[in-house]
Amino acid sequence: MSILVDSNTRILVQGITGDFGSRHAKLSLDYGTKVVAGVTPGKGGQTFEHGSFKVPIFDTVSDAAKQTGATVSVIFVPPPFAADGILEAVDAGLALVVCITEGIPVNDMVKVKAAMQGSKTRLIGPNCPGVVTPGTGKDSHGGCRIGISPGYIHKRGNVGVVSRSGTLTYEAVWQLTRRGFGQSTCVGIGGDPVNGTSHLDALQMFNDDPETEAIIMIGEIGGDAEERAAAWAKDHCQKPIAAFIAGATAPPGRRMGHAGAIVSGGKGTARGKIDALHEAGIAVADTPAVMAETLIKRWKG
Amino acid sequence: MNIHEFQAKELFVKFGVASAPGRVARTPAEAEAAAQELKSSDLVVKAQIHAGGRGKGTFKNGFKGGVHLCKTPAEAKELSSKMLGQTLVTHQTGPEGKMVNQVLIATGVDIAKEYYLAILTDRATSAPIVIASTEGGVDIETVAEKTPDKIFHEPVHPLLGLQPYQARKIAGLLGFQGAQFRQFSDLLLALYRLFIGCDCSMVEINPLVVTPDGKVLALDAKFNFDDNALFRHPDILAMRDTNEEDPREVEASKFGLNYIGLDGNIACLVNGAGLAMATMDIIQYAGGKPANFLDVGGGASKDQVSAAFKIILADPQVKGILVNIFGGIMDCNVIATGIVAAAREIGLKIPLVVRLEGNNVAAGKTTLADSGIAITSAEDLADAAKKIVAAVAAATE
Repeated sequence: MSILVDSNTRILVQGITGDFGSRHAKLSLDYGTKVVAGVTPGKGGQTFEHGSFKVPIFDTVSDAAKQTGATVSVIFVPPPFAADGILEAVDAGLALVVCITEGIPVNDMVKVKAAMQGSKTRLIGPNCPGVVTPGTGKDSHGGCRIGISPGYIHKRGNVGVVSRSGTLTYEAVWQLTRRGFGQSTCVGIGGDPVNGTSHLDALQMFNDDPETEAIIMIGEIGGDAEERAAAWAKDHCQKPIAAFIAGATAPPGRRMGHAGAIVSGGKGTARGKIDALHEAGIAVADTPAVMAETLIKRWKG
Repeated sequence: MNIHEFQAKELFVKFGVASAPGRVARTPAEAEAAAQELKSSDLVVKAQIHAGGRGKGTFKNGFKGGVHLCKTPAEAKELSSKMLGQTLVTHQTGPEGKMVNQVLIATGVDIAKEYYLAILTDRATSAPIVIASTEGGVDIETVAEKTPDKIFHEPVHPLLGLQPYQARKIAGLLGFQGAQFRQFSDLLLALYRLFIGCDCSMVEINPLVVTPDGKVLALDAKFNFDDNALFRHPDILAMRDTNEEDPREVEASKFGLNYIGLDGNIACLVNGAGLAMATMDIIQYAGGKPANFLDVGGGASKDQVSAAFKIILADPQVKGILVNIFGGIMDCNVIATGIVAAAREIGLKIPLVVRLEGNNVAAGKTTLADSGIAITSAEDLADAAKKIVAAVAAATE
């Protein structure tokens, strides 16, 4: 098992003919992921080719899903059109939508979240690296790679990883893999202030997943998502968790790259988050260099 | 992005938020004309810089105060001539101060009572929220801490927007009655239209005032705009004043680099915002002080690295550089080649520690080692932090 996706999950790519979308669709195909459809309005009927792979392109998400059995969409469309892209995927009834796009207006996401109330679709992102459930082949080949993560750094195993940051996720995954610890699923929830899936959502899914035995949770300054996840984990999570919070040295009132990474009005500080994590009995890594080590110590003793 | 007070007033006028009339002036003559247009004997002249504490600031020419009351256009002209083209130092500008290029000439406002009013995007509920208080003109965080019962929160449905009954509800909670009840409700609804119409992430009026003759006016305002939405607001983007920004940050943005200057002496260059923050943190953990936040994004091309080095080295405090790249998909050798070329082009003279990880990392490390340039390679993140802190300590002894 794993969460959200596995090696049989069928993926469609919104924005497959764009520069960014096509590059990562190819890398996913190379990883062994079942990329079964692409969507680019006006290019329906054409084919996206990569080596021996031939992926049909559709004008709409609904057509793509119906004709290929895709249940998950990954979105690479530019920021002004991304909210519409998410809503189209929700309307098509997909189970999961992963939005990679960085720079979507916050008000667009506020409306998308409100419009998604009551739908059966889960959104991950935006402004995220995506989701990886590693495969069992060489360099984790044969898994499900949705988004922009490097596939080869993964290894099939039992650690769930959830993070607001892309490269910090890779850092944690690589630390685990090099120590021989694989991952069940790695989820990048994104660095925007309004996103689809929270740390808490991911912890709950990992807690329910029989394959996941331990969890790494990576957060950063801004908001209170980490605090809320910690408060839940304290009484409900049966699995060992290690966390890292980035931004202890960030000046208040400044946005640190991610739209959501800002300390404002004295709220959302690294200190406050680290205290909340400790309070919940979660092991906190002092530096990003010891994320895996901290988890392994807590988990294996 | 931040805007000037006179620009905030322009937005208030455009969206119908009641505030005291005012005009911007860039020369003393314009100031005189503006004062004449206002037809009031109760005027205020305010230096326009983004930093706070203007009233208590001092100009480098010795003139005291960036905010002055006066009665006549001639006085407004005289006061403006002492502010325009001069550098104002306040507790927020730092000792170097800020050049005043514009002044606001506005009618003075007498205050009978002050309130607080803000609209912002609440991250916890992913929806806008109105925050209002009867305690205006003071620090709202102090109010929230000491007398939380004096702060009212009204969540807004994102798809419906702020409804008139909600505005009336808040008017009632704040104790407005009669004509002011209506004035406040209208002002709040107009402010919500502005908040949505300009894609603000926050708009805060502190204080909102009632004048002795019973007018409800927005007196001082602070705006935060959602940078992601500026592409659809060319009029607001045009309000950007790069004189008010750190020149290094302005330069960095031209190369797609995300740079924020800090006050340490170890510069860092990292791919990814989270890793960039974490790199600053680990420098501090190792006993050093980070000089900046710098995210080069996913790519890290030679041109970007070269531009980044130039921006980093423009800070005379910088005594060493830590490059931390997790080249997941990018070829580490391409990144290493870019770092070497950039270091050579710049003629780098301070310690440089490079930590590369990821795709084709062995070749990348060989390129660094064979470059003939003094680049220290690091094994991992902890090693990198330790090495740069030691190198900078040795260099500054």
